Parts: sequence; structure tokens; C-alpha cells
Amino acid sequence: MEGLYFDHAATTPVRPEVVEAMQPYFTDFYGNPSSVHAFGQKAARAIEAAREEIARLIGAERPEEIIFTGGGTEADNLAIKGIAMAQKDKGKHIITTTIEHHAVLHACQFLERHLDYDVSYLSVNEDGLIDLQELKSALREDTVLITIMSANNEVGAIQPVREIGEIARKNNIYFHTDAVQTVGQIDVDVVQDKIDLLSLSAHKFNGPKGVGALYLKKGIKIVPQMSGGAQEGRKRSGTENVPAIVGMGEAAKLANANLEKKQAKYSRLRDLLIERIEKEIPDVLLNGPRGDKRLPGNVNITFRYIEGESILLNLDMLNIAASTGSACASGSLDPSHVLLAMGRPHELAHGSIRFSLGYGNSEEDIDKLMKDLPEIIQRLRNMSPLYDG
Amino acid sequence: MYSEKVMDHFQNPRNVGELEDANAVGEVGNPTCGDIIKLYLKIDDDDMIKDIRFRTFGCGAAVATSSMVTELVKGKKIDEALTLSRDKVAEALGGLPATKMHCSNLATEALQDAIEEYRKDKNAKKN
Repeated sequence: MEGLYFDHAATTPVRPEVVEAMQPYFTDFYGNPSSVHAFGQKAARAIEAAREEIARLIGAERPEEIIFTGGGTEADNLAIKGIAMAQKDKGKHIITTTIEHHAVLHACQFLERHLDYDVSYLSVNEDGLIDLQELKSALREDTVLITIMSANNEVGAIQPVREIGEIARKNNIYFHTDAVQTVGQIDVDVVQDKIDLLSLSAHKFNGPKGVGALYLKKGIKIVPQMSGGAQEGRKRSGTENVPAIVGMGEAAKLANANLEKKQAKYSRLRDLLIERIEKEIPDVLLNGPRGDKRLPGNVNITFRYIEGESILLNLDMLNIAASTGSACASGSLDPSHVLLAMGRPHELAHGSIRFSLGYGNSEEDIDKLMKDLPEIIQRLRNMSPLYDG
Repeated sequence: MYSEKVMDHFQNPRNVGELEDANAVGEVGNPTCGDIIKLYLKIDDDDMIKDIRFRTFGCGAAVATSSMVTELVKGKKIDEALTLSRDKVAEALGGLPATKMHCSNLATEALQDAIEEYRKDKNAKKN
């Protein structure tokens, strides 16, 4: 499609190599992987090859620790509800944060409402980072799970995953992390980081939509959330989405081969865009940390005095895609729960825009964006009763 | 998501800005909810809205409804202007998404606020 795409944290284009790898699994190798015949076994082998690639991408020691799911949301639900149901006799306390993706937040709220779980929600500082001391103080005798995202999808804050893993392991508590935003973007290592469960999603790293995975460390029991034919080591029933899994495997392979280069490239583009916005547009505020604690492709800026949806609409008229934490674009009444948790007042949260960079973006794209952005912001400010410029 | 008419008013808003000789000003909303609409009216001695301007902080619907309200009431008597409802504004714009009907269709309230202030002032002067 024509235009400038700065919404890679929402979803990414599928790389041509991935589409090519998937193609024959629709038309030629369409067997059911549970079938004994050659058609089925061809598909089953392809799934195992993908499983190995994904295990390698996150540093898992055994491919069988990867459970394919229908996406990141399902992986989060399987991890959180699966552990909670398996551990309910040990304890009914979970620790998470206020800035999780709704897949995690709502899964935790489900447990509070329906299974009498107690959930502690850790706060974050103004950069969107958790405090390890607060985590330690939240630990209880009956804590069975810590679930904290590896990096935040809105403001790009990378959490101290390794330190969290150490705290969890030392206290014999399972540690789940929603790593949908980090896998394929920065180095992820479940062994070094002492992660017990990890959710990932293919379409965030140039794979297809509708497929994801849960890493489940060997020996940990979860209660499956889908009853049926006992696929995926009895942990996720339902005929495997073979072409999508193959695509996810190919995307993982490509990510593995390019990780360092990709990380360096998008960190540089990110810093360039932040620098240019801060230099060329007055009254802006960067949301989230700077430097190594920020996801490579993430830029999240509040433009004071104006509202996010109107900025998005103006950008969209020029065929430029971004996203906003404003409530007005989401259909809810409150703006981004992440920005509010970081202590941003409502009017600043309403005016936030996320530009997320990825595959296909170049310095030239930033030049093109910056040709129009200052004028759009000024035009909207001139219309705003909050602005006396 | 938005009708063509909404996008037209958002892209080319009518009557944006302030009126230096406004004799009625109305404001509605607050930064928390994400929409603030401020209307400036020049009402003549025959209670006719001679001129009107707006400034709006808010989403596409908030801007478009503000713009439409100014267009619909300009040149009208204030009694008639007061009959303008949210639904009529939405209708004139070719409809609004359901989620925007409540939070972003506030311009009629700003108008009522302005006219109420104007009448109070006028009565005060009479007495």
C-alpha cells in the first residue's frame, strides 16, 4: 500500500520470504498434522521445524517447551489462567503491573472475579518502569505467579526482566512475561532471564496474524484452556494452523539472522525521529524512557494543547499511519491506562501519538513525516482553546 | 468511521477562531474528558446571531460538530438557535459513530451556555 507506515507495534507487514514459505502449506502440504499418512506427517514435520526456530529465537533449551496458540492474547490467557488453575491449592495471589496489555490485565481481572484470586498491581515511575523494591514487598506466602510484560507496547519501556526473574526464582514463584513487543526486536533469553512462561506473537515480527506461542518451561503444569483433541502436548487442543505456524517459524529464522542489525537500525531511526520532533515542534513531551531502556522502534510523544485522534486523522489524510493513546480513538472514555499510570494528567494523555518504526522504514520516511507534522500540529493548535500561541 | 461530511468539516472547519467583539461566550467540557469547545458569538440588538466563531480541543467529531453548529446558527435568532439539538447536528453531518454521540457532540451545549450568559447580561443591563 502507498503511504508511510509508522504503526509496527500494532502489526507488521509479512515479509515476502514468509509468505513464500507459507504458500505450499495451503495448497500442496495440506494434511492434518495428527494424521498418520504422508500428507499429515509432512505438515507435522514443518511444525516441528518452526518450533525449533522459535525456541532458538527466545533461547529455550527444548523445542517442546513451545506451545503454538492463536496469538499473543491466547498465550497470555493460557499462561495466566492455566497457572492459576493449576496452583489454586497452593495460593491465590498474583502480582502484575498497572501497565500490562489488556490480555494480561483482563485475564487477571477474570481470576479476581470468577476464581477469588487476589491480584496486586505494581505501579510504575514516570518513565513507565516498575520498582523492584515494590515487587519484593508485594510478595506473599500465597503468591503463585508474577506476570510482568517484557516491554510496554505504548511507551516502549523495557522492564528489568532478568532481575524480576531472579526474584521470582529465589522465592519459588512462577514468572510469566508478555514478550509480544520484545521477541524479534531485542535479544530474549528465557534461560538467562529465568523466565518460566513467555508469550509471543508472530505478527509483531513480520509473521502472519492469528498465530503465537507460549513458552512453558519443562516440568511446569498448567491447566489447558481449550478442551479437545489434545494437540500441542495436550496443552492446546485444536488442529494446528499449519501455514501460519510455518510462517511464524520463517519469521523467527529471519529475526534470528538479523537481530543485532535490526536493533541498531531502529534504535538509530527512533532517536533521530525523537530528536527532530523535539527540535522542530515546540511544547512536546516524550513519553517513556530514553536510550537502552526503550524499545528500538518506539516513539511516543505528547503534543500539548491538542488531542490525538485529530492528529491521526490529519496524518491519515496524507496517508501516514500512526496510533494514539487518546480515548477518543479507542471508543472508551479514558485515555491510555499506561500514560495515566505514569502520572500523566488526562489532557497530556489525550494528546499522545505513537510512531512505531519497523521493516521498510528509512530515514527518508522520517524526512517525509517531518515535512508535514509541524504544520499539522500548528493548525490544530490554532484551533484549540487551550493554546495561546 | 466518519461520514464524508464530518471529514469535510474536520478538514475545512467553518468559522474557526475568536471574535474580538463577541458579546456572548460559551464553553463546555474539560481536559479530563478530552473535549473542550469554546464558542464566541456576536448577537445584535434584534437577538440575531450576526457572527460566530469556535475553538475546539478534541477529536474529529468534536471539531466537525463545532463547525456545523456555527454554520447552522449563523444569521438565526437566538430563540431559534436554542432549538438546535445534538441529534440535528449529527443528522446534518450525515451521522456520527455511536461512541461519539455523547462525548464529542457538545457544541450545542456551548451554544446554550453562551446564550444564557448573554440573556443574563442583557437583563442585568435593563434593570
